[in-house]
Amino acid sequence: MPPDDADTEAIAEQVFVALADPTRRAILAALAAGGPATATDLAGRLPITRQAIAKHLGLLAETGLVTAAPGERRRVRYRLRSAPMQVAQQFLAALARDWDGPLGALKDHLDREG
Amino acid sequence: MAFPDRIERTVEIAHPPARVWAALTTAEGLGTWFGNEATIDLRPGGSARMSWEGGFTAEMRVERVEEPTVFAYTWHIFGLPEDDPRRTYVEFTLEPAGPGTRLTVVESGFAQLPEDAFRKAYDGNTEGWAKELGELAAYLDAA
Repeated sequence: MPPDDADTEAIAEQVFVALADPTRRAILAALAAGGPATATDLAGRLPITRQAIAKHLGLLAETGLVTAAPGERRRVRYRLRSAPMQVAQQFLAALARDWDGPLGALKDHLDREG
Repeated sequence: MAFPDRIERTVEIAHPPARVWAALTTAEGLGTWFGNEATIDLRPGGSARMSWEGGFTAEMRVERVEEPTVFAYTWHIFGLPEDDPRRTYVEFTLEPAGPGTRLTVVESGFAQLPEDAFRKAYDGNTEGWAKELGELAAYLDAA
């Protein structure tokens, strides 16, 4: 069953809230660039404590932006979950679509042709 | 609704519909005001393409050609990855307005959902690049 608009809104909001925080942006960027990683791996790559990273990963997992592979607590590997990002992308696509510019250019083009 | 599916604009243009039609549906017109270069096979199902300086291109599929009132196409959603199957539908409607034209453009389909957005199966570790890379390894092993 397709989700209703409220679900879609909620998913987009979670993505934007996650991206509003620089630490979470850094964690998501590291997972996007380097693939699945543990909190310890990420602490080695980012100027953030392991505890802070673990806290943010827990929050990101709760909202479905990353998923945790089953495993021993300190060895849990997290990976990006792209589906919510795809929902947020379509919101950005609508905002990024510019028709005012091209329509203005169309008018100018016809006026120049005389 | 804060999540727009369609974008609509209407502009009054001081030129007759035939002139506006030519600007919208010919390679010469599209390549001047919209893209830097364009090609178009003007029939339903035909392909059109625009390119801009800097290497950006847009591939369109012509959907409606009803001269001189309706021209429509679908195209890839701007800003989404190349392999994303989602497309929006763009429809231009031309109405005579005195000596000029009232041109309406509606682009719809922004709120369509990616097919896998809500599928739990997508979470599996077998999906995505891990799977693609596994298939590549298997292909190379078999060769």
